[in-house]
Amino acid sequence: MSLHTKTLAQLAKGLRAREFSSVELARAFLERMEASQPALNAFITVMREQALADAQAADRELASGATRPLTGLPIVHKDLFCTAGVRTTCGSRMLDNFVSPYDATVVAKLKAAGAVTLGKSNMDEFAMGSSNETSYFGPVRNPWNTTLVPGGSSGGSAAAVAARLVPAATATDTGGSIRQPAALCGVTGVKPTYGRVSRYGMIAFASSLDQGGVIAATAEDAALVLREMAGFDGNDSTSVDQPVPDYIATLGTPLAGLKIGLLKEFFDKGLDQENERRVREALAVYEKLGARLREVSLPNLPLSVPVYYVVAPAECSSNLARYDGVRYGHRCQDPRDLMDLYKRSRGEGFGAEVKRRVMTGTYVLSAGYYDAYYLKAQKVRQLINADFSRAFGEVDVLMGPTTPTPAFEIGAKTADPITMYLNDIYTIGANLAGLPAVSVPCGFVGGLPVGLQIVGRHFSEAKLLNVAHAFQRETDWHTRIPEHYR
Amino acid sequence: MYDFAQVFALVIAHSRTFTINRPMSLTREQIENIAHLARLALRPEELPVYQQSLSAILDFVGQLDRADTGNVAPMAHPLPGLSQRLRADLVTESDRHELYQANAPQVAAGLYLVPKVIE
Repeated sequence: MSLHTKTLAQLAKGLRAREFSSVELARAFLERMEASQPALNAFITVMREQALADAQAADRELASGATRPLTGLPIVHKDLFCTAGVRTTCGSRMLDNFVSPYDATVVAKLKAAGAVTLGKSNMDEFAMGSSNETSYFGPVRNPWNTTLVPGGSSGGSAAAVAARLVPAATATDTGGSIRQPAALCGVTGVKPTYGRVSRYGMIAFASSLDQGGVIAATAEDAALVLREMAGFDGNDSTSVDQPVPDYIATLGTPLAGLKIGLLKEFFDKGLDQENERRVREALAVYEKLGARLREVSLPNLPLSVPVYYVVAPAECSSNLARYDGVRYGHRCQDPRDLMDLYKRSRGEGFGAEVKRRVMTGTYVLSAGYYDAYYLKAQKVRQLINADFSRAFGEVDVLMGPTTPTPAFEIGAKTADPITMYLNDIYTIGANLAGLPAVSVPCGFVGGLPVGLQIVGRHFSEAKLLNVAHAFQRETDWHTRIPEHYR
Repeated sequence: MYDFAQVFALVIAHSRTFTINRPMSLTREQIENIAHLARLALRPEELPVYQQSLSAILDFVGQLDRADTGNVAPMAHPLPGLSQRLRADLVTESDRHELYQANAPQVAAGLYLVPKVIE
């Protein structure tokens, strides 16, 4: 069995048993990353030299017998996690030349756990997009069919894991950016509870929604990585001081008696019929495992997209005000005065979608409009949150599709931003309410993977991973690899 | 109350009219003003594009008006019941300005250089 088809858990075992070395692992995956680049464009930076040096150090550690949880295991980081001494671009021309002077907490924690960073994955510019087409470094392509998008904004991380270019990758989710690409690429994506994973050093888009997480082939692999990423961080004022449970220990808990709520509003006309069939087949698997299904209605949930497209642009316009062409990032040539420096540096440094969202946010926050847009949206957000709270009074987890359709053609939705925004119609709710959610592969529609979404109560990541793992013990969708990458 | 079918119907109606000449809810002057407030230099050909798409986005989020939020408090934090943590007022950072300024476009004597501000 070749190395790339093994799960992270299997690779960890193999390393400890000295079946192969960390250097061999790094070499094998680096080769796959580099070879795939012309077809998939999943990476912005490949860190060959640093990775091999780190893998050598890991091999010495493995030889000494004193190992850490992820010693010698390869990983890539979405290119919005600041990585000390490494270019960190956020998929933008604005940060094309930015070399981070420090590590994001997520990067530091995974390094401390022994993981070896192989590179930085491509993404939608500043994580604003659902197709990975807004990247300054070009679109990522879906390994199941390279004329299609991989989803976004963590499209590079999802495509990389799907093609087994790397066993696991970090990612972030503001409105679906982990779950949607995970679904469209046929991999497992975990968006933790808001405050579970530190946002320190994670380049900000919408601070009340952004959350770091992980994309891997299996729920078990995601659990291995999340256990090391999660936890309190004094450097993030919204980080929550709660112990991190051992997500691995509870993976095998039986599901008998589990109360599953079907998100009624998700099974509607907008949902592709074949996609719906795959999701209903997945639900039948849970019934067979002893779970009890019931329909749950969250009447305000369909307003989550309009709420999001007020709240996220508003926060984005504030966060991106820091790019001024003075302290770091792109600066225009020969500015006439300070105003010209600001305006041209930002006008040139940001791409079309980022500018659209900065302007939308500027407008909804501007004098006279605040109450009508931002305040109203935050009130509707409260209604959506109350809907979720009510539902979790009746059921343990909520389930539905991750996306309305499988992956679509590159270029198909770029002309109309609102059509693009609707890709996240089923995922945004969890971000608005700060809830954890996962997407697991649940079958294929016309040869393309689709996902089952599972949403849980705040800080119920252990339960979600348990529920996802139980499904993966009964099915083999998560083991499917695109033909060209087997 | 609301359902996704309605949202999709709205979008289908919207995408039909998107390319046709529809009345704009934002004027070109408003777009220029928003771009100024956001400190963004736009090329002339970008103005009609943003005029159209921002108008469409504002129409779309206009759905929020249908929600009855009479007695609803706005959500201030995604985790209910949590308040902002304060840290002790202590110096925790060392001086690393040389490292940080290595990313700056123009620096001299530890200062960021910008075009002359005061005549």
